[in-house]
Amino acid sequence: MSKKEHSKTILAVFNDPDETKAAAQSLVDKGIKIREIYCPFPIHGIDKVLGVKATRVSTIAFFYGATGTFLALLMIWYMNISDWAMDIGGKPAFSLSQNLPAYIPITFELTVLISAHLMNFTYLFTSRLFPGLNNMNPDPRSTDDKFVMEIVLDDNKKVSADDIKGMLSQTKVAEVNDSHLLYKD
Amino acid sequence: MNIESPIREPLILGDKSYHQITEDIVKPIEGRANKMWYLVFTISAMTALWGLGLIFYTFGTGIGVWGLNKTVGWAWDITNFVWWIGIGHAGTLISAVLLLFRQKWRMAINRSAEAMTIFAVICAATFPGIHVGRVWVVYWFFPLPNEFGSLWVNFNSPLLWDLFAISTYFSVSLGFWYIGLIPDFATVRDRQIIPFMRKIYKIVSFGWSGTVKQWQRFEEVSLVLAGLSTPLVLSVHTIVSMDFATSVIPGWHTTIFPPYFVAGAIFSGFAMVSTLLLIMRKVLNLEEYITINHMESMNKIIMLTGSIVGVAYITELVMAWYSGVQYEHYAFLNRATGPYWWAYWSMMSCNVISPQLFWIKKIRRSLMWSFFLSIIVNIGMWFERFVIIVTSLHRDYVPSSWTMFYPTWVDVGIFVGTLGIFFTLFLLFSRAFPVIAIAETKSILKQSGDAWKKKTEPDYEKMGTAEHHH
Repeated sequence: MSKKEHSKTILAVFNDPDETKAAAQSLVDKGIKIREIYCPFPIHGIDKVLGVKATRVSTIAFFYGATGTFLALLMIWYMNISDWAMDIGGKPAFSLSQNLPAYIPITFELTVLISAHLMNFTYLFTSRLFPGLNNMNPDPRSTDDKFVMEIVLDDNKKVSADDIKGMLSQTKVAEVNDSHLLYKD
Repeated sequence: MNIESPIREPLILGDKSYHQITEDIVKPIEGRANKMWYLVFTISAMTALWGLGLIFYTFGTGIGVWGLNKTVGWAWDITNFVWWIGIGHAGTLISAVLLLFRQKWRMAINRSAEAMTIFAVICAATFPGIHVGRVWVVYWFFPLPNEFGSLWVNFNSPLLWDLFAISTYFSVSLGFWYIGLIPDFATVRDRQIIPFMRKIYKIVSFGWSGTVKQWQRFEEVSLVLAGLSTPLVLSVHTIVSMDFATSVIPGWHTTIFPPYFVAGAIFSGFAMVSTLLLIMRKVLNLEEYITINHMESMNKIIMLTGSIVGVAYITELVMAWYSGVQYEHYAFLNRATGPYWWAYWSMMSCNVISPQLFWIKKIRRSLMWSFFLSIIVNIGMWFERFVIIVTSLHRDYVPSSWTMFYPTWVDVGIFVGTLGIFFTLFLLFSRAFPVIAIAETKSILKQSGDAWKKKTEPDYEKMGTAEHHH
């Protein structure tokens, strides 16, 4: 039980993705730190407004794919060349390079298989997604039609809650609610 | 903010809000199924059980219960396999290729098309599994040493390539589908009042919260999966075609097979998507999301791929003639004029001639015509596979072994059974899953929604351009 779990927060609820983004930009410009924005669908460019770093999941997918290619060739080389070189139709498998064209299809399939699945698992793991976990969105409407901006007061010690609410009132905010942080940091 | 040209037809009709989209798409999950659903489900499930029964009958008695003979060693089993796997291709095409091309009309249909892919691949994979005869050693498919001795599987064989292609395709499609479903399951979860329903959708939504980071990764992962799935889907039917093309049977031994099979797969897949969606949009009241505009786009793809298939048929004939090989000559002469002429001409008329009707805009935008022609194309594509497989085999090099193939009731029963499996799974899907990608559909409301387009359209009269009229 950390102290942060009871941190007071302001939940600003918006109706529109573009209004949400504009409001986030105006608050960030005024030096307010926004903890999170829960959205029913992605708002393009909002990650840059909040200073969220670009994801590296596609880079890692490339390395998973390269691993897949390597493992596939290693398996084929071991099974069809090293351990037991098959002689099919008088065309024995002597070396990997000579037989490579026939090995491309399976190498390709395994590259895709390993890359896709390991990337999916990485995505689920890093995004904290697992069957049965509790969801963290503080307002259930944020998976329907509301964009919920979460501002933690502890993150913004230089300004008061009223200051933040004042700044929010200048945006196209629909509701401003007091809450507290529901999950551990 | 994205503004779309007013010339483009809206993809979401009616005055929809984000909340209304959720309501419309989640309604079938929360409501009760009507009598019609139970009726169709019962028939499908009974048919599926009947098919499963016949599969076990085949296991118990041996594949002698099929109509195969010494000359025709592959017939309905592989025809059905290729037909089903082809149907599966449309789902990936819609979700992956159309994503890469930024085709926004995919968003209303990708979820159900992907479901269709997965169910079709399940039906397809049944056939290679059961056609081996000794099903209790079916694990020999996998890269294991033969009877755990020293001899491994043959990596030069297209049949092994096929195993890897189908397994990869199935599991990657399933992953792609599920990754997309997680946010939509969360939408369903957050509006449930009944604790049991809440619990179920909590488990399947993996604790999705819709944070900025989650959405950022979600979009990146979807894009990479689309990039991986696009060559994958092309490779699958390419490899299926190599099951035939790498053999030395006249009628199979052609280099045109890979592109021709891929085009045929897209063709039949889109036809099946049309068939299913035309029923689904009506039954689940989704006409404002799956619009005539969507049907027209699919019909255009059917027309294009049907034409590609037609060119391939004619190319095959020309190449057989040009080869100067008498066996090739005969294989194609026999197809068109031999005892299976009716199958060949059914294929030609269903696949090449009938989709040409879609050049006419009225037919392309008519729901009745779309439905009718989609069924015709599905029949035609089944005949295509039958023609390729059976007519190339039944008259081989030795005239004394020439024969005909007659399916038995078990052949027919297993095929009908897979239709039952397919529709049973699809009907269950339509009750428990959001059949349209909710989040994605919401993301295009503010540029492709009808109400939004009307609101943002410039007022030409005020601007003084009096010559512009609506």
